[in-house]
Amino acid sequence: MEIFGVPIQAMMGQLLIGLINGSFYALLSLGLAVIFGLLNIINFTHGAQYMMGAFVAYLLLNLLGIGYWWALLIAPIVVGITGVVFERLMLSKLYKLDHLYGLLLTFGLALIIQGLFRHYYGSSGQPYAVPPELTGARNLGFMFLPNYRGWVVGASLVICLLTWYVIERTKLGAYLRSATENPSLVQAFGINVPRMITLTYGFGVGLAALAGVMAAPIYQVSPLMGTDLIIVVFAVVVIGGMGSIMGSIVTGFGLGLIEGLTKVFYPEASNTVIFVIMAVVLLVKPAGLFGTEK
Amino acid sequence: MSAQQSPAVSSSGSSTGGVPRHQLITFLAMAGFFIVAPAVLYPVFLMKIMCFALFACAFNLLIGFGGLLSFGHSMFLGTAGYMAAHSAKVWGFTPELAILFATACATLMGVVTGALAIRRQGIYFAMITLALSQMIFFFYLQAPFTGGEDGIQAVPRGKLFGLIDLGSPATMYPFVFLIFISGFLLIWRIINSPFGQVLKAIRENEPRALSLGYDTDRYKLIAFVLSAGIAGLAGATKALVFQLASLTDVHWSMSGEVVLMTLLGGMGTIFGPVLGAAAIVTMQNYLAQLGAWVTIVQGAIFVVCVLAFRRGIIGEIANLIKKPL
Repeated sequence: MEIFGVPIQAMMGQLLIGLINGSFYALLSLGLAVIFGLLNIINFTHGAQYMMGAFVAYLLLNLLGIGYWWALLIAPIVVGITGVVFERLMLSKLYKLDHLYGLLLTFGLALIIQGLFRHYYGSSGQPYAVPPELTGARNLGFMFLPNYRGWVVGASLVICLLTWYVIERTKLGAYLRSATENPSLVQAFGINVPRMITLTYGFGVGLAALAGVMAAPIYQVSPLMGTDLIIVVFAVVVIGGMGSIMGSIVTGFGLGLIEGLTKVFYPEASNTVIFVIMAVVLLVKPAGLFGTEK
Repeated sequence: MSAQQSPAVSSSGSSTGGVPRHQLITFLAMAGFFIVAPAVLYPVFLMKIMCFALFACAFNLLIGFGGLLSFGHSMFLGTAGYMAAHSAKVWGFTPELAILFATACATLMGVVTGALAIRRQGIYFAMITLALSQMIFFFYLQAPFTGGEDGIQAVPRGKLFGLIDLGSPATMYPFVFLIFISGFLLIWRIINSPFGQVLKAIRENEPRALSLGYDTDRYKLIAFVLSAGIAGLAGATKALVFQLASLTDVHWSMSGEVVLMTLLGGMGTIFGPVLGAAAIVTMQNYLAQLGAWVTIVQGAIFVVCVLAFRRGIIGEIANLIKKPL
């Protein structure tokens, strides 16, 4: 069977890779959007924190013998705590200044973290085995789906929707959204906004770390795994606009798929297609597909 | 003298009063340093500093005076480097033609990318420029003429105007010095021109500048293009100095480095970027054998500067003597 002269097996394979990449774009841009909503800071450290998540999983396995499933829980908490400490000690000092300083600070932190990991673990990747429960693949009739990849797509979809539900449909989310609109008014109602900001940052960072753990068996665990990825995620965020949580999720998965399709039909452009789409979106709708002009 | 007596005019040193004396002295000290230094220091090292200083000054024109943080300035440095190297090596351009051609290419790229980037502000502007430069990076990674990971090597320096052989430091150094000083003076002139004043007004309060009747988008685009062009001039010169154009110059980490140089020296100062560039290049020279530590130290300087030292070195000095530098 062929579609536009491309065997359906190859097509589905690339689409699956696209969907996997899309899962990570969605998880990471979701974290960026949540953080940006409350802190007005673009978290440049996001890629490094994603990498830290993968490394925590790797170290848990190799030093303590703790496997993938516990790592899924522990790594986001550990990395989230480092994020909370960073926010309290440094980031919180900058809220009254131009937001660009927040970008510069988190960029500096990303350099430090990546440099430290590169110093101790080198630039090459360390393998991380797929958990035994998820090895193997199943035949879907038109393609083979490796179990682990299916799990990543499903799990990240669930996490994204859960985050969307918490923010858009619960009381806690209502506080968050109102603090995004007008922090001082929310504080006047007796809600501890600074603590909420800190926890939000921790949560966003935890999401990045969770994505890192899920990525560890697919890509290798390496100090530089987050650097190029975060730049693509920035483009995803520009395309989607950071105004809407659902927007980040849809844009993330959608762009992953488009990237996968590009690999099938015009592989030379697969690295750049997201940036080209960004340029087009900027021309047509500068605020982003789901964004509103402030 | 007028500078000290009438503070109302002195602070900007604009149009009529000429250059304030302390700035003139600083300029002469800087120029003097680069004239005398080759006697003591390795000329290629000094030429590297001058190229990066010009690059940082161009970047500073945008962030320091226009308030626009570009995180993709490496695309102009790198593009000009490739264009200069290719035109000099493959097409046999003379050095001055190669540099002019490369600068024109960077300027043109500035027009296109600038027109896209200024459609958003603040943090988005930074992300867009970063994403665009990453796109350019991937383009050069795949384009056949750049030589991929190897870069364009053994670029001939050629003969200036077909007469002066730039092969030796004795001729190359004055040539680079002239380019650096002309670029620096051009930026200085732009800052003090009416155009520069409008740019500062936009930085301070864009809606207000808009309401006063200034087409702020046009001003921002012109500033972006000027900055891109001068960054290109630095990149083209650098390619001839090192006889090499490589992916390092288009990589996003180079964009980060120029931000760091400017931040360390002092954003929005005239001389800060030069000092910042000298400091960072020197540091890289000493830490080069330590590998990943260069990145760690750079990150630490970022953190310290942002948290405790936002004016930068020259900015702090200017604050101490209460005069803009």
